Amino acid sequence: MKSAQKIPPSEITPENVYLNRRNFIRAGIAAGSIAATTAIYRYFNPPPVAVPETSDTVQITKSVETTTERKNTFEQITNYNNFYEFSSNKQAVARLAKDFVTRPWTVAVDGLVQKPRIFDIEELLRFEQEERIYRFRCVEAWSMVIPWIGFPLKKLLDVVEPTGSARFVAFETYYSGSSAYEGANLPPPPNGMQSSVLAGIDFPYLEGLRLDEALHPLTILATGLYGKMLPNQNGAPIRLVVPWKYGFKSIKSVVRITLTDSQPPTTWSSAAPDEYGFYSNVNPAVDHPRWPQATERRIGEVEMRPTLLFNGYGDEVASLYAGMDLKKYF
Amino acid sequence: MGDIRFYKLLIWINGLLPIGLMVVDWSRGRLGANPIEFFLRATGVMTLVFLALTLSVTPVRSRFGLNQLIKYRRLLGLFAFFYASVHLLTYSVFDKDLSLAAIAADVMQRPFIAIGMAAFALLIPLAITSTKGWVKRLGGKRWARLHKLTYVVAVLGVVHFWMIVKSDIFYPVIFGLIIGVLLAYRLRPLFVSDRKQTVLTKP
Repeated sequence: MKSAQKIPPSEITPENVYLNRRNFIRAGIAAGSIAATTAIYRYFNPPPVAVPETSDTVQITKSVETTTERKNTFEQITNYNNFYEFSSNKQAVARLAKDFVTRPWTVAVDGLVQKPRIFDIEELLRFEQEERIYRFRCVEAWSMVIPWIGFPLKKLLDVVEPTGSARFVAFETYYSGSSAYEGANLPPPPNGMQSSVLAGIDFPYLEGLRLDEALHPLTILATGLYGKMLPNQNGAPIRLVVPWKYGFKSIKSVVRITLTDSQPPTTWSSAAPDEYGFYSNVNPAVDHPRWPQATERRIGEVEMRPTLLFNGYGDEVASLYAGMDLKKYF
Repeated sequence: MGDIRFYKLLIWINGLLPIGLMVVDWSRGRLGANPIEFFLRATGVMTLVFLALTLSVTPVRSRFGLNQLIKYRRLLGLFAFFYASVHLLTYSVFDKDLSLAAIAADVMQRPFIAIGMAAFALLIPLAITSTKGWVKRLGGKRWARLHKLTYVVAVLGVVHFWMIVKSDIFYPVIFGLIIGVLLAYRLRPLFVSDRKQTVLTKP
């Protein structure tokens, strides 16, 4: 009773004040939780990043359309990228790669060649650039139609003159250690690049082609798309595009090309040899443990569409694989 | 409004908010370049989030003496079931064109699909028996034993997630750790009581 007497009636919170305060706190909790949930959602679904309009346009001499299918939009092509050096979230790469300054840039071409050389990017941009409208098929069962700009890889290889013993071509992507290469003139690693541990694959990213595949007229080094210089997230300043193979073969941000006499190691087939082969030709008959390869979803479409052997480029490239068991050499 | 009703409302709001935002974004063409893939991935992750929340009720309750939390467990569990259903439906409609033959072939060919299906199949009896009536009918002990299956579902869910990622196992690892800790907490009495006994047998 005594303790009860200690609280003067004036200090007892009136019921309406107490209820108001409770409602106020509840409104705060509700608003806070809604804001938090929305923020987490936005983190995973960030708004698309617009590529600055100031991006330089590229002079092209001609345009080769290998398909009349509707092209994907610039926004789609530049906001849905597999570029593990930045993120494995395809929607996050555009934002994370925006600080990637790709000048100065050099591409070393060495190995079994008569005239090994380090090319400055400006030199490569002076090669005759043409537009190539290609289908692009990712191993993850999605696809796009992309108007690349670039030049046949053959033109570059002709300059360095592969020796008679050269049978394969190995490619390497920029990584944090690239600038230390002898003779290289490359930018420091940008903010936004992630570690090899987080990516779950070894860096540098490696790819490879057989020499005849590399010399095929459809194989290009791309330097742009949609009339503009290649955006960072698409593999600036120069990348490989091999339209009849799964997208991961089309290695980005190339710093080194080496001609070899034996099949070079490639990143994904080293990481999971049962899942990704050296050839990785688009083939609806060779299934993957996770993605059905018989069908694909064209970005922007709802229904799946059938996948074509060699991504529809069979007339041009099937002869490269005459007599080969494509299920064995997948 | 009582506290329980308020917090239940809060679960409803935050549980429906992600799917609501996705539907709005999707209708405005703002769910990324591949909205179906995003929606599929997000509903799968939301299933794991609600499974983890459901399984954390008992440990948090006993650890922090928050007995009233049990009032929200069924709702959290049903949200897990809701997101799992939307996840499966999205896959069936958009990836498989609602073809049972294609889905069956996928289950046979792709282990990660088989595991996801098994997890969903186990969720169905749990959702059905989530009512008060079913608790009575089964009896508390049997009901509780049946609902331990939630742990199996959660583990299968994490494995399913782990198998779909290419190399970026970060989020599967996070969910694996959370489910692992929750499971370890529940299994702990087995080992702790053993140790006590051995202590007691010492003179």
